[in-house]
Amino acid sequence: MSSDVDLGRRHFLTVATTVTGTVGVVLATVPFISSWKPSARAQAVGAPVEVDISKIDPGSMVAIKWRGKAVWVLHRTPQMLATLGKIEDQLRDPFSNEAQQPAYAANQQRSIRAEFLVLLGVCTHLGCAPLEKFEPADSEMGAGWLGGFFCPCHGSKFDLSGRVYKGVPAPTNLVVPPHRYVGDATILIGNDSGVAA
Amino acid sequence: MKSERTPAFERVTDRMQALLVWIDARFPLSKMWREHISEYYAPKNFNFWYYFGSLAMLVLVLQIVTGIFLTMSYKPSAAEAFASVEYIMRDVNWGWLIRYMHSTGASAFFIVVYLHMFRAVLYGSYKKPRELLWLFGMLIYVALMAEAFFGYLLPWGQMSYWGAQVIVSLFGAIPFGIGEALVEWVRGDYFISDITLNRFFALHVIAVPFALVFLVIAHILALHEVGSNNPDGIEIKEHKDADGIPLDGIPFHPYYTVKDIMGVAVFLALFSAVVFFAPEMGGYFLEHANFEPANSLKTPEHIAPVWYFTPFYAILRAVPDKLLGVLLMGAAIVMLFILPWLDRSPVRSIRYRGWIFKLAVTLFAVSFVALGYLGMQPVSVAYTLAARFFSTIYFLFFLLMPFYTRWDRTKPVPDRVTFHG
Repeated sequence: MSSDVDLGRRHFLTVATTVTGTVGVVLATVPFISSWKPSARAQAVGAPVEVDISKIDPGSMVAIKWRGKAVWVLHRTPQMLATLGKIEDQLRDPFSNEAQQPAYAANQQRSIRAEFLVLLGVCTHLGCAPLEKFEPADSEMGAGWLGGFFCPCHGSKFDLSGRVYKGVPAPTNLVVPPHRYVGDATILIGNDSGVAA
Repeated sequence: MKSERTPAFERVTDRMQALLVWIDARFPLSKMWREHISEYYAPKNFNFWYYFGSLAMLVLVLQIVTGIFLTMSYKPSAAEAFASVEYIMRDVNWGWLIRYMHSTGASAFFIVVYLHMFRAVLYGSYKKPRELLWLFGMLIYVALMAEAFFGYLLPWGQMSYWGAQVIVSLFGAIPFGIGEALVEWVRGDYFISDITLNRFFALHVIAVPFALVFLVIAHILALHEVGSNNPDGIEIKEHKDADGIPLDGIPFHPYYTVKDIMGVAVFLALFSAVVFFAPEMGGYFLEHANFEPANSLKTPEHIAPVWYFTPFYAILRAVPDKLLGVLLMGAAIVMLFILPWLDRSPVRSIRYRGWIFKLAVTLFAVSFVALGYLGMQPVSVAYTLAARFFSTIYFLFFLLMPFYTRWDRTKPVPDRVTFHG
């Protein structure tokens, strides 16, 4: 080999080739990684769902499925709503400071209309489904219980707005999914475009 | 240009060096790198024809990667297969690209493998001591054909279905009731059904790819044991320097890694052009009849295998007897296997052979392409006669080889490699 090798040129070409090749390989991985994201079909199946709230009696709750998870719609009575202010000192995040709900539900009722609470039925601890314990002084929950939700897996407790109690494993309030009213008696779950914060 | 060596840089390289020492004490990493890459001495006169081995490996990797991602969305059942391919094409993010890369990759694989094999014929790369290297290569070729055949059933289109029907039925030509029993066993049913599709899927994604990877490793180990042939067909190991390094050899890395990267860049440009602008390649890479779901009651009007099988399909159709046709088609492959023992020429490369061999290779190449064309065409009297003519030449190329390679007047072979541009 001749000794007058242009090392500068060689270095430049090596770096240029390496950089170009690396960029190419990285860009080529984009379609493959992207192919794991929810497909158009999964997105269509996960489209927003409507709930007719006129058929939910005061004091009762319906569970519907959105994106494979339970979404609860609870029709709260005035008595139920009255409990919300009484226990705030026992709650971890009574004023919904954590972003577990859209801005329009960051209030005491954690809802758009006070009576209708929309919640994701998934415990914020490890994903179990909490149980309805709406009766005050429920035999299992003790005399001081004002009504709420109880997770059977690890004993987390939530009030009738889905706010988590202090001293339980669940770290945050139950999630309020995006939703909006599309009529007087219909809630669309999974889409909140146009709802004022 | 001198790179700046800061103390921090020195520390990092020292650490890397220490890590390498640690690994080398436990695993032959540096030894393997030297043996197969940095101190594997390849002849310095490789030309254009020597791109296709590394390109075949690249396509194998592309097929495995795209294939893995296709299996994530594909459903190997008769009820769901066709729709799941449409799902990949329409709903999965970038699914169309991954699938077109895989379908184009299948044809690209055969293009580079055919060119790679033809290179071996031109330069006598199958001759002693590379017979086993050639046999491993032929096994790769056969495994590749099986892989392509099994894979073609999976989209469960009309051509998938009837192509599989015809090819599986070939085994039925075996007499004494063996053939029929064999066909039923392969299908696992009385017709090409969900059961057949499911087992072809298993063979396509697990069994044959395993065999392919194993054979490719054996192929490369055999190559590195005997050393690469070259366009002059001479042994560079016969002239070594004081260190035992072939005088006409250059280390694979960086010389041929750089050359192969160039080939990869050009190949990927062409490959991408097909994937993006002509993925069906006018019906040659993806046949139009396959855009209709499989229907076991209705055969497509014109049925032909994909282009890479058509030379053998033409031989099959040229014979007016079922058993004989199947036998000849098999023999066409067997001829390639025994090629190292048919060639009696004292020289390897076509550069130093006489006019007879040059003519024979030309006629063989023309016949192979012509048979490929005829295998795609509908049956007609004229085409059948043409297929018989070219089939005859195909076989004569092999059967007469022991004679004409000895009669052929060869030229003197140089001691050292030469360059012909």
